[in-house]
Amino acid sequence: MEFLTTHGAALLFYLFAFLALVSAVMVVSLRNPMYSAFSLLVTFLSMAALFVLRHAEFLAVVQVFVYGGGIMVLFLFVIMLVNLHRLREITRFVEHAPLAVMSILLLVALVGYVFLSVAFGPALVSPAEFVTVEGEVVGNSQAIAWQLYREYLLPFEIASVFLLVAMIGAVVLGRET
Amino acid sequence: MLEITTAHYLVLSFLLFATGLVGILIRRSMIIVLMSIELVLNSVNLNFIAFSYQLSNLTGQIFAIFTIAVAAGEAAVGLGILVALYRLRHTTELDHASELKG
Repeated sequence: MEFLTTHGAALLFYLFAFLALVSAVMVVSLRNPMYSAFSLLVTFLSMAALFVLRHAEFLAVVQVFVYGGGIMVLFLFVIMLVNLHRLREITRFVEHAPLAVMSILLLVALVGYVFLSVAFGPALVSPAEFVTVEGEVVGNSQAIAWQLYREYLLPFEIASVFLLVAMIGAVVLGRET
Repeated sequence: MLEITTAHYLVLSFLLFATGLVGILIRRSMIIVLMSIELVLNSVNLNFIAFSYQLSNLTGQIFAIFTIAVAAGEAAVGLGILVALYRLRHTTELDHASELKG
């Protein structure tokens, strides 16, 4: 029990990292796109848990809403719209698949070696930074909102215009011609 | 081993990134390719958050919000393209959309 309370965060990290990796591999390897979509949902939810472990609570909630809710519904809707009668593809993978996998594995080995040989040291300041506004303890959402509406107001507005453009583009693309 | 550092998050996020990259490269179905792109974008978010924690700076979390917004727009437009492709070719396999291949 003492082991669990001391190392609980580390154990949770390993659990959710394992879940995210396994379901990510399932996304790219399963035959049925519906199963892939649900594996993708598991990946998104595990990543939300990993966000919480890094004191990004607001982002974890946004992740569940936007990915687990919105994007997942879009995917499921489109799969049901277009793909239901040809779930059995003849071949899942392209011809050069082994070559692609081998080069990515080489990339993983190289970059992994670099990551593991760099010492990052401990985190700089306490995570209290994420929940304070001008010295007062509030929540993570309020701290993010404070920064977003003061320092990053213009990018925020541009993002809203971008979403409007994407929505119009999607409607135009999906229209009957 | 039981102290989770930024390097742990970097390795995990890079493994997820590589999985998404493999999916983009090897699958024929456009739906799975779009899902793999979502995977790649999400692993980048994990990196932003790990470094936001490492440097104790909220900017990483705010940038991740913008990444999520862009990912949502990308999913909407990508799936719109997929529906348009399906109307045109009655398939969602990328091999059938190769006019620009020369």
